[in-house]
Amino acid sequence: MDTIIESSSVGLIKPGVIEPIKVEVQNTISRDDRTTVGEAFVDDPRMTLRNVNVFYGAEQAIMDVSLDIGKRQVVAMIGPSGCGKSTFLRCINRMNDTIDGCRVTGDIKLDGEDIYHPDLDVVSLRSRIGMVFQKPNPFPKSIYDNVAYGPRIHGIATNKTDMDEIVVTSLTKAGLWNEVKDRLDQPGTGLSGGQQQRLCIARAIAVNPEIVLMDEPCSALDPIATAKIEELIDELREQYTIAIVTHSMQQAARVSQRTAYFHLGDLIEIGDTDQIFTNPRHPLTEDYITGRFG
Amino acid sequence: MNNQIQNNGVERLTSMEKVQAGLAQRYAKERRFRRLGLAAVMTGLLFIALLLGSIVSNGYSAFWQTEVQLEVQLEQADIDPEVSRDPEVLSVADYGGLVKRSLRNTFPEVKGRRDKRKLYEMVSSGAAFQLQDMVMANPDLIGSTVKLWVPADDDIDMLVKGHIDRSKPESERRVKDQQLEWLDELTSQGRIRSAFNTIFFTAGDSREPELAGIWGAAVGSMFTLLVTLCLSFPIGVAAAVYLEEFAPVNRWTDLIEVNINNLAAVPSIVFGLLGLAVFINFFGLPRSAPVVGGLVLTLMTLPTIIIASRAALKSVPPSIREAALGLGASRMQMVFHHVLPLAMPGMLTGTIIGMAQALGESAPLLMIGMVAFIVDIPGSITDPSTVMPVQIYLWADSPERAFVERTSAAIMLLLGFLVSMNALAVILRKKFERRW
Repeated sequence: MDTIIESSSVGLIKPGVIEPIKVEVQNTISRDDRTTVGEAFVDDPRMTLRNVNVFYGAEQAIMDVSLDIGKRQVVAMIGPSGCGKSTFLRCINRMNDTIDGCRVTGDIKLDGEDIYHPDLDVVSLRSRIGMVFQKPNPFPKSIYDNVAYGPRIHGIATNKTDMDEIVVTSLTKAGLWNEVKDRLDQPGTGLSGGQQQRLCIARAIAVNPEIVLMDEPCSALDPIATAKIEELIDELREQYTIAIVTHSMQQAARVSQRTAYFHLGDLIEIGDTDQIFTNPRHPLTEDYITGRFG
Repeated sequence: MNNQIQNNGVERLTSMEKVQAGLAQRYAKERRFRRLGLAAVMTGLLFIALLLGSIVSNGYSAFWQTEVQLEVQLEQADIDPEVSRDPEVLSVADYGGLVKRSLRNTFPEVKGRRDKRKLYEMVSSGAAFQLQDMVMANPDLIGSTVKLWVPADDDIDMLVKGHIDRSKPESERRVKDQQLEWLDELTSQGRIRSAFNTIFFTAGDSREPELAGIWGAAVGSMFTLLVTLCLSFPIGVAAAVYLEEFAPVNRWTDLIEVNINNLAAVPSIVFGLLGLAVFINFFGLPRSAPVVGGLVLTLMTLPTIIIASRAALKSVPPSIREAALGLGASRMQMVFHHVLPLAMPGMLTGTIIGMAQALGESAPLLMIGMVAFIVDIPGSITDPSTVMPVQIYLWADSPERAFVERTSAAIMLLLGFLVSMNALAVILRKKFERRW
C-alpha cells in the first residue's frame, strides 16, 4: 500500500512547475500596490472616465478606475477572468442599467457630456455607442432586417433606397457583403459563427455610431474567423473609436494602440500597447502577460 | 518497483471486475424502468380507449333518427277558411289535428279515446310544427295532399334502434303491443326510415328527446369562449409582459406573483360565486348570459395564461434583449419587436390550454344561471343560453332513454371541439415558431 501512495504522489509533480522564478531588478513597485501606473489620459479624448465605481448589490466590481479613450484608436482591456473588464465596458453605453442591483458611480463623459446625467436619453446614447457581444446574437430575422433594424428604429433611412444603401455599406464595411449578397432574405441565424459575428458588427455600425464597444468578440470563433474580425477592427479604426475586451493577449497586441490591464476590479496599468507588452511597469501586468497566472 | 506495478495491475483488474459485476445490475434496472414506463403508457391508452369506446358505442346512434311518413290532407277549410293567405291565420291553424287525422286515416280500425291517444303518440309532437313550417313556407300547398317524413316518437326510435326489448312483457316496456303492431304495419308499407338526425345539429334543447339539439348549447359555448378569448388573451399577455419585462422586483410584485400562482389553484366554482356576487348582483348583468359566463371564465383562465406567457417570455434568450438594447432600441421596442414574437408560440399554447379548460368548465356557469332550460338559439352575448358541458349535464340527468345516446353524442361533439382547438394550437405554434 505504501508503495502505491508513494508512486502516485511522485506522479503528481509535473516537470517545469518548479521552474526558478526570474527576478526582475528594474521593478520597484510592490504586487500589493493597486494604484494605476502608466498614461491613463490622452490629449484629445473622445471619452473621459473618472473615478468609476461599479457595485453589484454590496459587492464592488470596479474600484475607482479613471482613463481616457482617444479618437480613432483601439483601446484593449485585458485581464484575468472576473477582473471586471466586461463590467467596465458595459458602463460606457449604460448596458449595466439593465442589470438589477447594479450601481455605477463616477464621471463618464462622451465629448464632454455626462452620459449618466438624468436628462440624458439612454436610447440616443446607445445609438452613438454601438456594442458587439461575446456570443454572436443576430436577431432571428433575415440578414437584411438584422442590419436594417437599427436605422429603422432610429428613423435614419426614410425610404427603401436609402435603407438598401445603408445595408450594403454596412455589410461591405463588415466584410460580409460578398458572402451574403445573394441571400439577404435568409435568416441571419443560418450563417456560420464568424459570419454571424460580422453580421452583428455590420448591425452595430449601420446606425453610424461614434464608438464601438466589443466584448470578447472572437471568443466563440475559430482562428480564421478571428483573423477576419481582427482585420476588420483594424479597418474600422479609421472611422470609429473602438474599445475591445479580450482574453487573448496576442489579439490585444495585434489590434490595439493602447492597452489597459485590469486586476480584481482595479486598473493596474495602462499605456501604449507596444510598451505594455514589451516593458510592463507593474509586476502584476508582467505576471499576466508572461503567462504566470490568469 | 516490480512489486508496485503488480499491485497496480491487481487493483485495476478488481476495479474493472467491479464495474463488470455492477453492469448487469444497472442494465436490469434500466430494463425494469423502461417496462414500467411502457406499462404506464399502455394503461393510460387503455383507459382512453375504454372511455372513447363506451362514448362512441353509446352515442353513434344519436346521429340517426327514425322517421315516419305521413300523408296529410291540407284542407282549405281547416287551415285558411277565408282564403286570406295571411301568415297570422296560417300560423294559428290546428296542424296537430291534421297530423292526428292523417294517423287516423292510416289506421281507420282504431276506435276509442285511449287507443287513439296511443296512436297519436307514435309520432313526435314536433310533426305539427314541421307541417306548419311547410305550409307557411309554401301556402300554395293548401288544398292538396302532401307526403312528409316526420320524426317518430323517442320510444319508437329507441325500439327501432334496439334499445327496447320486444320480447319483454307489455307491462315492462314503454311501447305497447298495439303500437308494435302499427309500427310493423308501417314498416311493411315502407313508411318507416332511418335518416340523418339534422335536428340534433340544428335545434336547441327540448323536453322531447327527438326534438332536442346541441346547436343552442354549441352557439352558447362559442359566444362564451369568444368573450373569454377577447378579454383573457390581451389582459393575460399584457399582465405577463408588464410583470416580466417592466415591473420592478420588490415586495409588491412578489405579492402579485404569489397571488397569481394561488389563483390558478382556486376551485372553479368559487369563480362562479364571485361572478354571481359581482357581475350579476352588483353590476346587474343579465343572468344565464354568455357575457357573464365569459367574464367568469376569463377570471378563471387568466392565471393560466399569465403563468404560461411569463414562462414563454423567460425562455427568450437574454442575448436577443441585449442585442436590441445595444442598438438603441427602447425597452418597449425590444419587447414588441423581438421578445414578444419569440414568446408568441408559448403564449398561444398557454392561451389555447386555458380556452380548452374554459370550454370544458361547467361548475362556475351553474352558479350564474347558465344551467337554465333554454330552447332558443342565442343570437348575441346577452341572450340567455347554456353551454355544451352544462347541456351534457342536463341531458345526463334526464330520465328518457333517448337522452342517453344524445348525452354521449354531445360528449363526442365536445371532444371534437377540443381536439380541433388543440390542433389549431399546434398549427399556430408551428407557424410562429422561429429558431434562434
